[in-house]
Amino acid sequence: MSSMVLAQAAGEVSTGEAVTFWILGPAALAGGLGMIFSRSAVHSALWLVLSMLSLGVLYMVQSAPFLGFTQIIVYTGAVMMLFLFALMMAGRENADSVVEVLRGQRVLAALFGIGFAGLLVAGVTRALTNVTPAPQLDPNSPTGGGAGGLGRLIFTDYLFGFELTAILLIVAALAGIVLATRDRRNEGAKKTQKELVEARFRGEYKRKTPFPGPGVFATSNSVATPALLPDGRVAPESLSDLIESTTAAQLIAKHERLAVAAEDAKRAEQAKALVSGSSGREGSPGEEEAK
Amino acid sequence: MSTLFLAQAQQEASRAEVLADDPWWLVLLKVVVLFAFGVVMTLFMINWERKVVARMQHRVGPNRVGPGGWLQSLADGLKLAFVEEIIPDGADRKVYWLAPVISSTTAFVGFAVLPFGPKVTIFGEETYLQLVDLPVGVLVVLACSAVGVYGIVLGGWASGSPYPLLGALRSAAQVISYEIAMGLSLVAVILYAQSLSTGDIVDAQQNGWFALLLFPSFVIFVIAMVGETNRAPFDLPEAESELVGGFHTEYSSLKFALFFLAEYVNMVVLSGFAATLFLGGYMAPWPISAIGDGYFNTGWWPVLWFLVKMLAFLFFYIWLRGTLPRFRYDQFMRLGWKVLVPVSLAWVVLIAGVRALRTDGNVGSTEIVIFGGAAVLLIVLLTLLIPERKVEVTDRIPLAGSGFPVPPADLEVPEKTPRQLALEKAERKRKRLAKAGAASTTSSSASADKEGSDDGDA
Repeated sequence: MSSMVLAQAAGEVSTGEAVTFWILGPAALAGGLGMIFSRSAVHSALWLVLSMLSLGVLYMVQSAPFLGFTQIIVYTGAVMMLFLFALMMAGRENADSVVEVLRGQRVLAALFGIGFAGLLVAGVTRALTNVTPAPQLDPNSPTGGGAGGLGRLIFTDYLFGFELTAILLIVAALAGIVLATRDRRNEGAKKTQKELVEARFRGEYKRKTPFPGPGVFATSNSVATPALLPDGRVAPESLSDLIESTTAAQLIAKHERLAVAAEDAKRAEQAKALVSGSSGREGSPGEEEAK
Repeated sequence: MSTLFLAQAQQEASRAEVLADDPWWLVLLKVVVLFAFGVVMTLFMINWERKVVARMQHRVGPNRVGPGGWLQSLADGLKLAFVEEIIPDGADRKVYWLAPVISSTTAFVGFAVLPFGPKVTIFGEETYLQLVDLPVGVLVVLACSAVGVYGIVLGGWASGSPYPLLGALRSAAQVISYEIAMGLSLVAVILYAQSLSTGDIVDAQQNGWFALLLFPSFVIFVIAMVGETNRAPFDLPEAESELVGGFHTEYSSLKFALFFLAEYVNMVVLSGFAATLFLGGYMAPWPISAIGDGYFNTGWWPVLWFLVKMLAFLFFYIWLRGTLPRFRYDQFMRLGWKVLVPVSLAWVVLIAGVRALRTDGNVGSTEIVIFGGAAVLLIVLLTLLIPERKVEVTDRIPLAGSGFPVPPADLEVPEKTPRQLALEKAERKRKRLAKAGAASTTSSSASADKEGSDDGDA
């Protein structure tokens, strides 16, 4: 144990750490690339989750288990979950459109991205060459690299920055709530049930009543089953525009057939009456209908 | 107290160091045993749940397969493995496959940090009955449940069907809300144990369970625990009366079985976690712990106490399911955000204040109790000064904008209906006539007889 600590203090990397790094490093990179290049937004989010998990485990390997697990709980567990929540609210088929909205946006974005990456790599490389590594903190002791040591630093040396960040986040959350909440008194606000009823009776809507529900037959309780009017016709309002209703089509066809049959029977009867005065009533319309 | 622990740590190897020195075969043995324990507990729990709920509902429950019906879940599990698998056409196949895998693997990882017992000797090797003791063991369980939800959310999304998607959405919102309450309820425990390691938390409860010392935290944790595992009355993601089967509606065969396994293993892990945090973990309960100078706290005995405490929590889960109806979604969210989170925040502030007073301010317990009581009394007295909210009294009847006639508010409903009145009137008339008839019986008896005979003929 102590030899490992000494080795790390001297800036050497143990075999286990190197192996973990060469497994998780490419995984994190693949996660980042996959996030950019996948078409579906949810797949992008999942690639990002892979990236974050790899980073979390890398923290743990570098003797910062508290930071690693906090990364997993906060970023993977809460932030990305909120992201997924929002993506799912937007619907399932939300693949990116290929059309550029702003002209030249992609080229510029690529240029700036490469430039930024170059700056970042250069900066980090300059900052990390010829640096004497800090002595490792023991994550098992309460004052070391665990929650205790971190808490002490946050609430003493870095209190001002911490509080500022907290204020910024709270203001942002409040602003989000204000922007997202629609005022009840505004024009665009959602009407309550009572207001809606009153508006209906004032004549602001076409119908005073809600649309009739679907018909419920003994054979079906499907939404696609239409309600019937007293004379047996299909009530058109009871059918949804979105749902293709085979039952309704069948009922309408049947009703038309019956109407034609009744018309024929009536005509035949009239003809018979013309031909043979008041001879008989064999061809009753009931027989036609039974077919 | 902490100096004592530090001194001990310097004398002998700490729990983490002993566990880190385990040979590879011992680690492998522990992993296999833990995995088997999870699976066996799932099989047992399904049966136990069905039997207990049946007893609560005056039924018998499964009693056909195996002795006393205890192999029913095994038979069901075997059947599930051989059932045809149906993947919906609109499913996102890769994510659909990934979801149950995430769910079940993360469920099992939680076992790694649960301490089942103290130092024992296995095949001549001294070790603790725990797979690994991390300095942040508590966070491991939280992280597992946080990542485990991905299984549910992704499963619901990848099914490509409305009901599972609704279940997934509910689950995402539910876990985010209840994880905050759960994390806050852990803060008090961590403050008192001064460690995030599960082993240290058990050691810190030698003089008293945290369930008694930190009762509000315990209550909040248990509620949040039920919310995190999607169990009744918080089983909104799979509410079968609303969402068919919720997130797993479109799953069948082994993938469905994995979701089932994950749910029950999660319950077992969180029950063990609750026992560790609040009921003294593997240590014997009070009267037993006093016997033989703590004999029952050594060797393999503590495993028994741990299992008993874990089963108590599992029974509580079943009891809840047998008793409570499902929450409505908005009620559930209100409970989480408007009750549990504020209450736990206030409780944490109180605990931190009391601890700060005791350690830094050198204030004794009696002074804290006296001044605290006085403060509570003052607050209660102050609330009496708040004026009562006036209830508006209006005689107006809402007409909802229509001219439809409604009865007046002061309408008096008559005690008797017009028909009853008419009947009474007729009765009185008949009696009067009968009295008049009795006065002239002698004169009209002959005609009355004749009428009677006529009636008889008819």
